[in-house]
Amino acid sequence: MIRRDFLKAGGALVVGFSLRDSLVAQEQVVRGTKAGPPDARQVDTWLAIHADNTATVYIGFAELGQGASTALLQIAAEELDLDMSQIKTVRLDTNVTPNQGGTYSSASINRGGPQVRTAAAEARLALLKLASAKLNAPQDQLSVSKGVVSGSGRSVTYGELVGDKPFNVTFTGTAPVKPTTEYKIVGTKFPRNDTPAKVSAQYTYMQYVRVPGMLHGRVVRPRGQRMYGAGAKIVSVDEASIRAIPSARVLRKGDFLGVVAENEWDAVRAAQQLKVIWETPPALPGNAGLHEHMRTAKTEDSIVLERGNVTTGLSGAAHTVSQTCLGPYHAHAPFGPNCALADVKPDSALVMCSTQDVYGTRNSLSRLLGMPAEKIRVQYYEGSGTYGHSCYDDVAQAVTLLSQLAGKPVRLQFMRWDEHGWDNYGPAHLGEVRAAADANGKIAAYEYQGWQHGWSNTETSAQLIGTPTSEWPGGGVQGVNRLTCGGMYDIPNLKLVNHKLPVTAYLKGGWLRSPLDLSFAFASEQAIDQLAYLTGTDSYEFRKRNMTDMRWLGVLDAAAQAAKWTPRKAAANLSKANLVTGRGIGVGTHLTSYGGAVAEIEVNKETGRVVAKHLYGAIDAGQVVNPGFVESQIMGQLVQTASRMFKEEVKFDQNGVTSLDWASYPILRFDECPEVTAVVVQRLDQRSTGAGEEVMAAAAAAIANAFFDATGVRMKQFPFTPARVLAALNGAKSA
Amino acid sequence: MQIRVNERSWTVNAAPDTRLLYVLMNELQLQGPRFGCGLAQCGSCSVLVNGVETRSCVTPVSGVEGKSVTTLEGLPAWYAAQKKLAKAPALHPVQQAMIDEQAVQCGYCFNGMIIKSAELLSKTPRPTEAQIRTQMNGHLCRCGTYPRIMKAIQRASVAMAGGGR
Ligand code: FES
Ligand code: FES
Repeated sequence: MIRRDFLKAGGALVVGFSLRDSLVAQEQVVRGTKAGPPDARQVDTWLAIHADNTATVYIGFAELGQGASTALLQIAAEELDLDMSQIKTVRLDTNVTPNQGGTYSSASINRGGPQVRTAAAEARLALLKLASAKLNAPQDQLSVSKGVVSGSGRSVTYGELVGDKPFNVTFTGTAPVKPTTEYKIVGTKFPRNDTPAKVSAQYTYMQYVRVPGMLHGRVVRPRGQRMYGAGAKIVSVDEASIRAIPSARVLRKGDFLGVVAENEWDAVRAAQQLKVIWETPPALPGNAGLHEHMRTAKTEDSIVLERGNVTTGLSGAAHTVSQTCLGPYHAHAPFGPNCALADVKPDSALVMCSTQDVYGTRNSLSRLLGMPAEKIRVQYYEGSGTYGHSCYDDVAQAVTLLSQLAGKPVRLQFMRWDEHGWDNYGPAHLGEVRAAADANGKIAAYEYQGWQHGWSNTETSAQLIGTPTSEWPGGGVQGVNRLTCGGMYDIPNLKLVNHKLPVTAYLKGGWLRSPLDLSFAFASEQAIDQLAYLTGTDSYEFRKRNMTDMRWLGVLDAAAQAAKWTPRKAAANLSKANLVTGRGIGVGTHLTSYGGAVAEIEVNKETGRVVAKHLYGAIDAGQVVNPGFVESQIMGQLVQTASRMFKEEVKFDQNGVTSLDWASYPILRFDECPEVTAVVVQRLDQRSTGAGEEVMAAAAAAIANAFFDATGVRMKQFPFTPARVLAALNGAKSA
Repeated sequence: MQIRVNERSWTVNAAPDTRLLYVLMNELQLQGPRFGCGLAQCGSCSVLVNGVETRSCVTPVSGVEGKSVTTLEGLPAWYAAQKKLAKAPALHPVQQAMIDEQAVQCGYCFNGMIIKSAELLSKTPRPTEAQIRTQMNGHLCRCGTYPRIMKAIQRASVAMAGGGR
């Protein structure tokens, strides 16, 4: 395609477009017509300057409700000296946007920020060169404001510059970036660009996407997943059972079963009415026997970290603590179940879905269809918040199969029970901690042994058509976390041991916001807190005494100050009243950043009801591009942590999961929502790291420690359901 | 069948037992009400029926014949009619307050949150915090935006008392 056509088609001149080399020029195509990923070494892959002096940034990260897209635009606008109103981004699309990997582990700003920043800096440098020639002024005497370059008493806009003359820029990564001291946009609370549309029914969530001629689909599966690896085997399908719904058709491939119909209500009814007999699945341990099963199972053991000698450190110390703590399976349970739309043709496919990684999903669909990846286009549409690996990939696979089987475009909306019941749950955990302190209140030794299984790597749909189940590769983040488990303290003798359970004998696992960290912190930080108690030291003071890392101290101090913490020993104010209050403190994180939290809770000793009254959370995530977004993220994390600590537990019996909706999987509501205080510890001179999940561990710990402060009893298992609380209180009384 | 949605009459082809939500989303192509649970548990699909917050995911379309349905799209006009304003504002005050408080995260639950708060404020113009918690308790938010929603409702209440933007 030649340049004139390109301009006509796109209306934009793309940085990196080359006339120097006609071969290259001919390869230039209108964005969106060719399978990606576009060449990441070209600046034009990352951004385009339009004739009207605005810019489009092509970002490879999904907006998951955290404001990441606005924050990445702030970074680009800052480097380019554009106003936020002059810059926009586009939908993630394998034909359009670069491949930056998935939006995992709070990665958007962490990994995406530097790439967007250097690309924008590179473009700015190229624009300044052009401006220098045009204005006949040396480059170092030019200034830019809102995309207008001024020098020698004259000025020219970015739009005019690239409108005049194309130029070619390779992404070298060497263009100088703006010093942080000159920031005007980064570090400010710019409001989110998606909010007005979201409050006024203007926002097109995935659930609203429609294409002409499309059918509505639903999957048909047993209610509630069975043992991972065992699948769900069909004995028989009685198609006559939906004869009363003439427009509905049954589609099947192996054990993958679904229905399609012209209207959605017919599809909903057909999926519910279709009579299917499923094979009896192999027996699961069920909730009651789960942790014992885990503790006695054959495991693959590894030492995550070891220094000094824990055995001697523990045996010689003045104060020791030893405890076993249990954490449940948790569900992602996005508020709107995942939805996707596919149009599969014999030689190509278009799939619209809410994946966090369009290129990763393209690869998995390529395997599923046996179609080359370049023939498949995957587009991202935001669904509801996902908090990790919910069913967005599974629904994309399922709708792709349905469309292939139906020979038509199909839209598939998971039902509530599909999403709740076939989730990749955050795995259950058993942690054994032994720790000791010397007479001066210094931690002498610490040992953490953790039992859990890893993450599944085969989506349910793939599994049902016969793809063997497999385990998510790599162990690290799926096992004991060296940061959350004692990593913030200076401990001479330390040992972390991971006991990896087989992935196939339990429920399907996956990463869920701050994977495993609530369980780790619940066990680890209660042990530390108990040492403080045994040494007669205030919990905050004890932690300070055992820390030297300024950034850990920073979040600990920030949380304590926000809560106006005053020193006293924990559980020093025990009361005989039925309604008692307590406060607790904790620290923790996930893979990067630093989190500190304080909790104030209320325990009703008669009913067993525990309510968080006020949660304070502090995060140090290095340079925070938009403190407003991080405050929102902290608040969300605090509320979600309260929900997970007090309410949430995936229930299952020997056949399968029985938590299928909001009644059988309750979450926190307005009536028990705590007041929340968010503190952002801004460090403009430090690399940006994640802020989407890094205070949950600290908050879980603070809640557990507050319970002890209120009652003098340590909880050994969460969630703190009334029955569990009463059992703990009664157990302590009779002991 | 004829139904009245956002002060307009629509002819719909759906079978009478079709749940209202699917008619609103598919036949009327509205983007306010949305599927969350289909079980009347979450509030994602809420609309006003004669001014009363109603779960459209369990309401047969035949159940709203002869009644007036208001979705998020029609909320500013509904508010203007209630307040006898000459012209409908661009946003209901509680929508504006949600923006001002930057309450939204993924925003999926905000259809129900806004519909329910509008109903609440129409009945209880100056709600206490306890009233807000009780009234809103049937609406879930998985992202944990409750604290800012409560603030936004208070803010809207003040704005409405001041003449209703
Ligand atoms: S979708 Fe109607 S209440 Fe949840
Ligand atoms: S903002 Fe995401 S569910 Fe409420």
